[in-house]
Amino acid sequence: MTVIVIAVALGVVAGILSGMFGVGGGIFFVPVLLALGLAQLDAEATSLLAILPTVAAGTWRQQRYGNVRWRSSLVLGLASVLGVAGGILLATSVPEHVLRKLFAVLLIAVAAQLAWRARRS
Amino acid sequence: MRLVAIGLLAGFFSALFGVGGGIVAVPLLILVAGFAPRTATATSLGMIGITALAGTIGYAFGGHVEVGYAALVGVPAAFGAVAGASFQQRLHARTLTYLFSLLLVGIAVRLLVI
Repeated sequence: MTVIVIAVALGVVAGILSGMFGVGGGIFFVPVLLALGLAQLDAEATSLLAILPTVAAGTWRQQRYGNVRWRSSLVLGLASVLGVAGGILLATSVPEHVLRKLFAVLLIAVAAQLAWRARRS
Repeated sequence: MRLVAIGLLAGFFSALFGVGGGIVAVPLLILVAGFAPRTATATSLGMIGITALAGTIGYAFGGHVEVGYAALVGVPAAFGAVAGASFQQRLHARTLTYLFSLLLVGIAVRLLVI
């Protein structure tokens, strides 16, 4: 029961932050799922599924504003499937603690990118 | 052709880190493919739908996807994101973004030490 409440609360917070700062939910979902006790690889895999409702809502909103170029989305998406296969292959072949450290580096890179963007605006 | 390269790279990042891939796709769409920022963000969302689905299916074969947790975190997050996007229109504080960056660095440090 407690886990459910914590998961839902963290989910809402992650969603608010990602909507506010225009970053994807995955960057939060992975740490949230780790905090809930999942292993690194399972957290990453589960995060990909958890992203889908937010992405669907976001796409629907943007589509109403006429911002989505569907043909490009389709080309990007289909090409990404091949990249996904490579990513899974690498993620499943390195030790989980290495994967976690790589993820931490990604977080720092995103933080730096956001701060740089804020400074320029 | 550029779109194919961007998609490949975004997909690789997405599956490796469990993120959507927008982190890679949005800047590249703007810098390499000449998209306007708003169009780049919206178009990458369309891509991520396919990317994240492919990643989920791929990882499910290895038994790594916890569907219950995904629903518990992901569904409330969708509502949160809608609310968050509407706050974004109202507040535009630089300080807030710096605080947020600090939060990310804090999480990163925690992940590095455990």
